[in-house]
Amino acid sequence: MDALLTAYVDDELDLVHNLEVERHLKECGACASAVERQQAMKRAVAQHAPYYSAPAELRRRLGFDSRERSRPSLFRSWAHWAPRLALAAACLAAVVVMWRVAPFPFRPPSEGIESQVVAGHVRSLLANHLMDVPSSDQHTVKPWFTGRLDFAPEVPDLSGKGFKLTGGRLDYLNGRTVAALVYQRRQHTINLFTWPDRSGDLPAQSSTRDGFHVMHWRRDGVEWWAVSDLNAGELAEMAGGG
Amino acid sequence: MREPAGDAVRRARFERALLPHLDAAYNLARWLTGNPEDAQDMVQEACLRALTFFDGFHGEDGRGWLLTIVRNTCYDWLRKHRRLATAMDAEWEVESAPDRMPGPEALQLRQADQRLVKEGIEKLPAEYREALVLRELEGMSYKQIARVSGVPIGTVMSRLARARKRLEQEIRRVAQASWPATGK
Repeated sequence: MDALLTAYVDDELDLVHNLEVERHLKECGACASAVERQQAMKRAVAQHAPYYSAPAELRRRLGFDSRERSRPSLFRSWAHWAPRLALAAACLAAVVVMWRVAPFPFRPPSEGIESQVVAGHVRSLLANHLMDVPSSDQHTVKPWFTGRLDFAPEVPDLSGKGFKLTGGRLDYLNGRTVAALVYQRRQHTINLFTWPDRSGDLPAQSSTRDGFHVMHWRRDGVEWWAVSDLNAGELAEMAGGG
Repeated sequence: MREPAGDAVRRARFERALLPHLDAAYNLARWLTGNPEDAQDMVQEACLRALTFFDGFHGEDGRGWLLTIVRNTCYDWLRKHRRLATAMDAEWEVESAPDRMPGPEALQLRQADQRLVKEGIEKLPAEYREALVLRELEGMSYKQIARVSGVPIGTVMSRLARARKRLEQEIRRVAQASWPATGK
C-alpha cells in the first residue's frame, strides 16, 4: 500500500487505481494520515530546498574547452581590453547621444529601426553589457542562442575580412528579441544585429547617425544591421559578398 | 589548437543538445556531492564523458541522458571517497518508526525551517536524496527517474516513500531537540 500511496501523492497512478486509492482513503485514517504527511514533505522540499544553478565559473570552464584548460586563461586577450578602450573613446560622444536617444530600454517599433540599433549599440558600450556569451568561436556562440531566441541566428565568420568575433548577447529591437553579435576591428567594436525578415533582399545601405556608422542589408530572409564608430568604408566590408 | 572540422561540428551538436541542461546537471551533482567544488568537478567530468559517448546519444531526452552520466559520475566519486552510507542502514530506522504520529499541522514549517529541510535532505542516503531531487526539483516522472537512476520504477517509488518518511523524522528530531529543555 505504501508504494501505491506514494504514486498517488505523485499523481502517477492511472485513473482506475487513483479512484481505488481515493475510495480507500475515505475509510482508512492511517493511510489518509500517511498521504498527508507525504504531501507535507513533498511541499517542504519543493518550497524550501534550493535549486542550485551552475555557477558562471563552471560555464566558463566548459564553454571554452572542456578538454583542455580547467581554469580560464589568466592572460586577458585583447578581446577583453579592446571594448573597454572603445568604451573610453565612445563615452564622450555617447553622453551627447544619450540626451537625444532616450534612456529607455524598450522603444516603440514606430521609432525607426536605425535609431534603435544605434541606441542598442551605445547602451551595450555604456552599460558595459557587451556580451552574454564571450567567445571568439562561432561554434560556441551560435548554439548559445538555442532556447533563448525563437530563431537560430547565423554567426558569420568574418575573420578573413579582418573582423574578429568576440561574443554575442540578446538584445531587444523592433519589438522583438534579437541576436547581437559583437565583432572587433582594431580598437573598434561593431555590434551586428540580426533577426529573420522575409520581406525580400535589400542591398547594403550605408548611413550615419549620431556620429555612428550604420550598415543595413537583408539577404536570404535574414536582416542585418551593423553599427560602429568604425569608418563607413571599412564597415561596408562586413556586408560584402555573403 | 583548432579542432578538425568534423570534431567542431560534433562539438557544436553536443553543446546544443546538452548546454541547456547544465543547471540540472550541476543541481544534481551539488546535492549528491554536498559541496560546490566537487559538484563542478563532477559536472566537468560528466561532460567529458558525455562528449566521448555522444555518438551513442540519439537526440531523445538530453536532460535525462546527461543526468544519467552525472549521476553515475557522482556515484563513482562517492564510492571512491567512501561517502556512500548504504541505504540499508537507513531502512532499519525507517521501518521501526511508529505509525501513529501527530499530523502535519503539528509540524508547521516556517521561514527559519528552510535550513531544517535543506539539512534534512543532506542527511539522507544518496539514493533517497537523488530520488527526491529528481522528483521535486527536476519534476521528472517515475519512468524518467528510473532510467536516470538505473533501477525499476518500483524501487523509485519505495525510495521516495522512504525519503519522505526519513526526512520527516529528521526534521521532527531536530525541531524537538531545539525546544527549550525543561529541567533536564
